[in-house]
Amino acid sequence: MTAMLRAEGVSKAFGGVQALSDCTVEVEQGSITGLIGPNGSGKTTLFNTMTGYERIDAGEVYLGDRKITNLRPQRVFALGIGRTFQLTRIFPRLTVMENMLVAAQHTDAGRPRNPLARAGGRADRRRAADLLEFTGIAGHADAPAETLSYGQRKLLELSYVLVANPDIVLLDEPAGGVNPSLIQQLSARIRELNAAGKTFLIVEHNMEFVMSLCGQVTVLDYGTVVATGPPQIIRSNPRVLDAYLGLAEEEEDSDAPGR
Amino acid sequence: MSEAPRWRHLAEPAWRPGGALVVLAFFAVFPLVFTNATVTTIAVDTLIFAASAVAWNIFSGYSGYISLGQAVFFGTGAYTVAIAARAWHLTGETVFALLPLAGALAGLLAVPLGLIALRVRRHTFVVITIAYFFIAQLTATNLSVTGGSSGILAPSPNWAPETFNNPFYYIALALLVVTTAASWLIRRSRFGLQLRAIRDDEDRAAGLGVRAMPVKLTAFVISAFATGIAGGLWFYFIGQALPQFAFDPFFDLSVVVMAFLGGLGTIAGPILGALIIEPGQQWLTLQYTNEYLSEILLGILFLVVILFLPRGIIPTGAELIAKFRARLRQRRADAAGRPPVPGPAPGSAPTGTEAGTAGSEAGTATREARP
Repeated sequence: MTAMLRAEGVSKAFGGVQALSDCTVEVEQGSITGLIGPNGSGKTTLFNTMTGYERIDAGEVYLGDRKITNLRPQRVFALGIGRTFQLTRIFPRLTVMENMLVAAQHTDAGRPRNPLARAGGRADRRRAADLLEFTGIAGHADAPAETLSYGQRKLLELSYVLVANPDIVLLDEPAGGVNPSLIQQLSARIRELNAAGKTFLIVEHNMEFVMSLCGQVTVLDYGTVVATGPPQIIRSNPRVLDAYLGLAEEEEDSDAPGR
Repeated sequence: MSEAPRWRHLAEPAWRPGGALVVLAFFAVFPLVFTNATVTTIAVDTLIFAASAVAWNIFSGYSGYISLGQAVFFGTGAYTVAIAARAWHLTGETVFALLPLAGALAGLLAVPLGLIALRVRRHTFVVITIAYFFIAQLTATNLSVTGGSSGILAPSPNWAPETFNNPFYYIALALLVVTTAASWLIRRSRFGLQLRAIRDDEDRAAGLGVRAMPVKLTAFVISAFATGIAGGLWFYFIGQALPQFAFDPFFDLSVVVMAFLGGLGTIAGPILGALIIEPGQQWLTLQYTNEYLSEILLGILFLVVILFLPRGIIPTGAELIAKFRARLRQRRADAAGRPPVPGPAPGSAPTGTEAGTAGSEAGTATREARP
């Protein structure tokens, strides 16, 4: 089976800092893949390069057989890769429902339509409402997004990425700074969506969350892949323990929201 | 962000057609009741500025790109009518037929100007729009077609003095109504949603498939079109186009303060701001025969608004009303000896069970929704 999303030998430097060097990460179709590593190991940079938010110095990114290296973010999104951000990027002054509709309109791109028609057709609103119900924030649909709590913002960002119906969803620290009951809820939702056929790539510091959810885990350290495999193998890999797991407790503590 | 009050953007009150009709009826009969020429002159001016402020708000208020070069389009409209009326020897009511042309030329000019300025954001954008303004004013001063520094006189219609202002008044009112209707339509449309998404986070909006440049440019052109018509009407009303008044930095400042005072990005805000500021300015100028006094006061007012009312009257007012209602509800609940009624304010985490049952259905819905 070929990987659905693949970063091959990706390198990226910011000035003198080599954020990624020769990274290869594969995400199998229908999997929940984890991407872990200490702070500064290049996880978010890898996300950014895969989704077009950052240009790559060397290497290629493939979606199936299609090369998507250095495509612009909207093209990557249109091809079916949705992502969230570590520091959630919602539209604070739009309502929760309006946030959903901004992402929903992408699905009818190319169809002729009346630009002055009311934002969000009935089908879009319905689907958005269903998804908000699904993630558990439907009660806030008409509230400005900035009134949501940190965890709810994460749920909103997940919801509006889902409304565009991507094939694969990249989540950047979905559980960071989120209270435990919401983490449970989030975890259950991801499992459900995965059962319905969505593929996930998740960056996360919360080990319990990653190890319980992911079938495959890739570990980054100083911009290189140090290990790849199922959680139980990763757990006992000495290089991983050395690079990361020994520090796991501290990492979680220092991972406060809002930087 | 989190320190912002909760009700902040529930603030735009629901559009009430009834209320709008009452206001419109008041405007419609105004010149029939107040026939004093001084009063109607101020009224025409106010309507022209209100329409300009609404037009400015369609672009700057919704997109968050604060343009200080709107006078470029106002002046373009003014000179378009001036030059065309002179060239084609138009007089009387026929001059009004040039207004769409004034709007069209202003809108056309907005295309190249927008393509350049909209590549940059925030302060850089503001500075570029100010530069546009100076270029336009200098051009008008130095070209022969615009009459240089002596400008162009408008044909003076030989209408009866007591109703002289009425055609101007009703055309200005029609312009205000149409511009406001456009503002309302745009705000609720997908186009308006894209504009407001750009205001909140342009890069993220682009990442979600919003084509930022065409969206911004369209709003810029629409805004310029309406402002150009306002400028053309203003020229015919004032009777002369001079570089320093057709391209007036004071115009830019006025529309910005009007929109900020009433409520940036709201539908009624710019109109409310214009209704407060423009008559006030005109009255001061007449009263003290000193133009600079009102300009100084406008500057002070701008500072006061930014300091104490940064979101404008309409959002702040709506918020106060919402708070007041919440307190009333609370008091009533206290009086009845019941625990306080929680308002619709968000903040509480939703319960897991509720979401859980709805979840499985939504999961299937998502899968089926795929085309």
